[in-house]
Amino acid sequence: MIHLWPPLLLVAILFGTGLYGVLARRNAVLVLVGVELMLAAAGLLFVTFGSTIRDTARAGHVLTIFLITIAAAEIAVALAVILAVYRSRGDIDVTVAGEDDL
Amino acid sequence: MTTYDIFFSILGVLCAASGLAAVTTRHLMHAALWLTVCLATLAGCYLVLGAELVALVQLLVYVGAIVVLVLFALMLTRAPIGRSHDHDTPLLQRAVALVIAGSAAVLLGAVLITGVRDGTVQVHGGSTNALARMLFTSWVWPFELLSLLLLIALVGALAMSRSLVPARATRRTGEDS
Repeated sequence: MIHLWPPLLLVAILFGTGLYGVLARRNAVLVLVGVELMLAAAGLLFVTFGSTIRDTARAGHVLTIFLITIAAAEIAVALAVILAVYRSRGDIDVTVAGEDDL
Repeated sequence: MTTYDIFFSILGVLCAASGLAAVTTRHLMHAALWLTVCLATLAGCYLVLGAELVALVQLLVYVGAIVVLVLFALMLTRAPIGRSHDHDTPLLQRAVALVIAGSAAVLLGAVLITGVRDGTVQVHGGSTNALARMLFTSWVWPFELLSLLLLIALVGALAMSRSLVPARATRRTGEDS
């Protein structure tokens, strides 16, 4: 037996933390850390309801495994893009406009 | 308070605190390491909720692979070691970000917590057997599509990090001459 509010509160806190990380960081890799935290919040929400409602299809747990897979694919492509940007621009500061952005 | 609540609260406080540390620390490397702690304690939360296969996948994929990728990216982009204020946006933008993130968290928390019934519910976790049977019967097509997605992401990442930049550099020197 478990109360539902602690997991849901953690979902809200993790999502807010991730959103703050996305908005307040300048380094592109640290922005990705914020995105990972938001995805983690979504996964926790899936697992919470997947474990507490009676579901024969096990949708909550299966979708969390899919979410983790998609996060892995996303981070691989995003880091490749960041490395390409670093090699062509010399920095990965998301607040500085590049020479061909203006 | 039930035993589940106590274990979840301990892990949840650790998870939230390390997540906050990951987005506020001034050391670049520490951000990735705090992310490791956050995702590992989140795997512990999944265990408390009875999703042991998901917890193991989380440990293997997130803590084992994704954090290592992030650390590699930080090193390859010559991240400065030590304290630095250069990773954060100016104070005004951080304040606005704090307001937006805080209101999003409050809204999400209020909607979710008031949306569920008060009181305790039963945890039907466990049974990796049932989960595996579902994964390879009902969910087999999304599963196969995801393997295709991973292949595409792998090829895309390889193509992106190999050929794009040198081609652009030669084109630019070609224009100059």
